[in-house]
Amino acid sequence: MPNKILAVLEQREGKLKRYAFEVVAATVKLAEELKLEKEAVVVGNEIENINEIGNYGINKVVHLKSDKLANYSSTAYSEVIANYVNETNADFLMLANTALGKDLAPYLAAKLNAGLIVDAVNLDTSSGELIVTRPVYAGKALMDVKFKISKKILTIRPNIFKATSSNGSAPEVTVKEVSPSNLKSRVTSFKKSEGKIDVAEADIIVSGGRGMKGPENFHLIEKLAEALGGAVGASRAVVDAGWRPHREQVGQTGKTVSPSLYVACGISGAIQHLAGMSSAKYIVAINKDKDAPIFNIADYGITGDVFEIIPALTEEIKKIKS
Amino acid sequence: MNIAVCVSHVPDTATKIKISSDNKSIEKTGVTYIINPYDEFAVEESLKWKEKSGGDSKVTVFSVGSDASKETIKKALAMGADEGVLIKTENDFDSVGIAKALSEELKSHNFNIIFCGKQSVDFDDSAVPQMLAEFLGYSCATVVVDLKLEENKVTAEREIEGGREVVELELPAVIAAQKGLNEPRYASLKGIMAAKKKTIADKPAAAYENQTEILKMHTPPAKQPGRILGTDISAVTELVRLLREEARVI
Repeated sequence: MPNKILAVLEQREGKLKRYAFEVVAATVKLAEELKLEKEAVVVGNEIENINEIGNYGINKVVHLKSDKLANYSSTAYSEVIANYVNETNADFLMLANTALGKDLAPYLAAKLNAGLIVDAVNLDTSSGELIVTRPVYAGKALMDVKFKISKKILTIRPNIFKATSSNGSAPEVTVKEVSPSNLKSRVTSFKKSEGKIDVAEADIIVSGGRGMKGPENFHLIEKLAEALGGAVGASRAVVDAGWRPHREQVGQTGKTVSPSLYVACGISGAIQHLAGMSSAKYIVAINKDKDAPIFNIADYGITGDVFEIIPALTEEIKKIKS
Repeated sequence: MNIAVCVSHVPDTATKIKISSDNKSIEKTGVTYIINPYDEFAVEESLKWKEKSGGDSKVTVFSVGSDASKETIKKALAMGADEGVLIKTENDFDSVGIAKALSEELKSHNFNIIFCGKQSVDFDDSAVPQMLAEFLGYSCATVVVDLKLEENKVTAEREIEGGREVVELELPAVIAAQKGLNEPRYASLKGIMAAKKKTIADKPAAAYENQTEILKMHTPPAKQPGRILGTDISAVTELVRLLREEARVI
């Protein structure tokens, strides 16, 4: 019997997250290349869109169900998944490297005595065994790494492994009622942040740095972000100065992002900042200082005054969008 | 209250990473090492908890690594921690190895709460706190930006996509600190002097074989500088045209 790979899928408020389908797609690809049996597992109470998994190529889904599992609990989720893994003899688990996946995967590795590789950006099986490429030092370097033991847990970086939907048949869903005993750590509620789009999930980011001169000028950044349908980001300098909240910080000790478009306004480009955003597909830099390091990695640059250029750019974007 | 804080000795975030000649690690010569930035929030939080709970509360600092890690332990002692333990190894352990070494040492101390940074800024695994909690049978919350103690229950807020999750935890617990949890204090001159008299115990780490193997390290391909479109608002129309027609991102 071939070995089995399990796609561990993330749901929130009873709905599978979009990154869950990336995990399904990556699992399908690895299962084909390494000739593994594949299956998906979802932990939660009611899950409304579980049938969508079939559209991404997995037709066997196990739903570990309990009303105690509606909200995330690291202790209980790892308990019921580990029990299922032991029952089914799966030896490879794949998760998304999201807030939940990052939290959960290490518990599972410790519980199952498995090897753990996180934040994969490339999976290469051409040599017959899996070689994972992942960023380290906040993306300043990449590392090729492999598992040395048979039990494996892997998390994949969001937005790298594309999930393309085709019209598959509805999967065969097996509901297993479970009763977790360890709820020592459990989520009781969620506080949504006021910002419209989270910088970690945004496809377009407009970031401001010290060149914005003060917190009172960030409305310019906000307006440009709004016109583009993107999120507001910030450099470490302005977060440390208290101009912007930490959740907006991009770079090492902040968030590592890979949006389609990154607009850096008044950001010189310290090495810690560049590490966190240089994998963006397109980078625009607006900065008075033509020698700023940000221009070394920008696709398009304007070496001018942010206070003139940002409003003009916002107007121009609004014009073409209307 | 019996409090632990785990720290790690890492290259300064300002370091330009160069790959060493073995192609499997980074060039260490000329690199300045610092206390892992997230661990500073962990140390600060441990000191705040000690001050709040009073009595004979104590903060013990742990690190896994070579003698060089003592510098980072000293930094925590200078901030106000009471004593240090170096779990000594010359090998580069993976996250499982570090968590195992820590749990072997920490399990006999019966700590009420253990603070860590949410990740160390070298390999960025974000895994040791959870593994340590699992090995010790403690509860755990990661990426914590707010923390409160009521009775025997801890309420933590953790940062996730789009907001914060409120997590209830039973003690004993492992807390992995995120930037924003507090403002780390600077070590005062008095603190630095006092740290010289504090002890750092040496404990050998048990032999451990990594479960993953590094085959190669490399640097990402350098991005070619692009075009400067102008110096004032006359460049804006061209920028928007390029974003639409060439980059196709808007």
